[in-house]
Amino acid sequence: MFAYILKRLLQVIPVFFGATLLIYFMVFSMPGDPIAALFGDKPPSPQLLAELRSQYHLDDPFIVQYFYYIVGIFQGNMGVTFSGQSVNDVLARTLPVTARLAIMAIAIEFTLAIIIGTISALRKGKLFDNVSLVMSLIFLAIPIFVMCFVAQYFLAIQWGLFKPTVGAQNDWGDLWLPALVLGVSLYATSMRLMRGSVIDTLNQDWVRTAYSKGLSRSRVVPVHTLRNSLIPVITNSATNFGVLLVGATVTEAIFNVPGVGNTLFRATQAHEGPTIVSFVTVFVIIYVLVNLAVDLLYGLLDPRIRYV
Amino acid sequence: MSDQPRSADHFVAPIKDATLTVDAVKVSAAKPRSLWSEAWHDLRKRPTFYIALLVVFIVLLMAIWPTLFTQTPPNDECFLSNSNGGPAPGHPLGFTFQGCDIWARIVWGARTSLTVGILATLIGSSLGLVMGAFAGFYGGWLDGLLSRVGDVFFAIPYILAAVVVMTVFSQYRNPLTLAFAIGGFAWASTARIVRAEVLRVRQSDFVTASRALGLSRFQTLVSHVVPNAIAPLIVVSTLALAGAIVAEATLTFLGVGLGSNVMSWGNDISQAQASLRVAPLALIYPSLALTITVLAFIVLGELIRDALDPRARARR
Repeated sequence: MFAYILKRLLQVIPVFFGATLLIYFMVFSMPGDPIAALFGDKPPSPQLLAELRSQYHLDDPFIVQYFYYIVGIFQGNMGVTFSGQSVNDVLARTLPVTARLAIMAIAIEFTLAIIIGTISALRKGKLFDNVSLVMSLIFLAIPIFVMCFVAQYFLAIQWGLFKPTVGAQNDWGDLWLPALVLGVSLYATSMRLMRGSVIDTLNQDWVRTAYSKGLSRSRVVPVHTLRNSLIPVITNSATNFGVLLVGATVTEAIFNVPGVGNTLFRATQAHEGPTIVSFVTVFVIIYVLVNLAVDLLYGLLDPRIRYV
Repeated sequence: MSDQPRSADHFVAPIKDATLTVDAVKVSAAKPRSLWSEAWHDLRKRPTFYIALLVVFIVLLMAIWPTLFTQTPPNDECFLSNSNGGPAPGHPLGFTFQGCDIWARIVWGARTSLTVGILATLIGSSLGLVMGAFAGFYGGWLDGLLSRVGDVFFAIPYILAAVVVMTVFSQYRNPLTLAFAIGGFAWASTARIVRAEVLRVRQSDFVTASRALGLSRFQTLVSHVVPNAIAPLIVVSTLALAGAIVAEATLTFLGVGLGSNVMSWGNDISQAQASLRVAPLALIYPSLALTITVLAFIVLGELIRDALDPRARARR
């Protein structure tokens, strides 16, 4: 297990540096002088310009600037937004909201996926299975922002079941509608994996053994089948986490949830380059870390993985 | 061990007992069908395949020949007197908040959505094919290098990467840049799939034979390995096309995609959101166009995948 953890940690290092370097390179090639942009119409004195340039290491070569940036990240300093706020402060305010939304969405996704996927697998080829497969296709095809608007219009505006927007004061309860939309937008892939995985597991020898020992279906399905079928769903949820992050950005924007995604959305709307880059970097780091965590968990769940 | 041939131990049924019928002989004499003809045989029996194909055909026709569907010219003057108006002769779906013809905008928007989708997929799939094929076929340090590069691109969700690219190139917000921004980051998963398939095909006897006949490694790769490893790429590309169309609309909605002067479904939807309460139909119609198109490509991709992979078919 230790060798597996070490190997996986070593794999993350080039990915982390590669991804941040790639983003940093794109921003570095951004046209325009960031210092000149600070001053607007009144041109600064050459001394002040030179001082600021050296303060932000702008005269150094690209790789040195990247080095300063990475050191900053490791010291917990993610930079400054366009309006001069520290990214750390904004994150401290917004990240808990996004985390809450993501946890609720994943919980909804897993509940739907496990229940519908298992019933579909048990009723393979029957009406329930066919309907659920068609539904999953449709939910795969509807873009997340369309789903947000439709849910907002019908569930909130027309039928008044939820508040149409969330706003600054938000609780777990206020996040139900955005979390529901986000969870439903993600469930289709997981549901199909769950269905396939349960069908595969049901054909395994130990399930036949369990039945032949006289165990009832209500014992065999939850205990002997479900636990073994969950692994592909969990692995997929790590890869799918990128979709969740993009989905969270759109959902938070439409329902006005004050999370990280909403901050990113406002920055893209206002074309605030530095803010966009800071928050995309935050998302990429979260994505890499979540994938690492799921891989480690996977090694814990399935002993065979550790020895590959 | 004696020098007796081992086959002597086996029982061989006398000819008169063996149940060889004329039918069996016929089947074995028939030319075995290729993967593609078998897949085509499977697809031909599915009604959903024809429906999906029909939708794709109509949308393609809309993109190539929009005047076939609407008489309203592109970027036609919109009259505020028509604001949120219902259907009128020549304007079957009514008008937007700005008084523009919804149906005409959908028809003219098809071209943008499909152009971005197809270009992005071409870019992503070609990159994925080249990277995956080289990594899988040559192996060794090249595989290590290309796979690590792929890991880096895989670590950035491609819509987020496209957000950064489009921010950097904010002066050049056109379909081509957008296609490069999407395709240039969406190739990593394609490359992984191509690499796995090339690794599998590389073991085949015909690859060894081609090398034995004196073909260079590169010629073997191009003329024998890639054609036999192309099936998963076609499936992934069809699904990626659906993803790219959604990506265009999402990026446009986020405000970093196409400029508001370009007619695209993403623009129509994001412009209609402001008047969602009073005029939901202006949002629903372009959303439907987007969803149906995406659905058609997803169905097509999944049907082709099932047709090409008999194991998946059996599991269904």
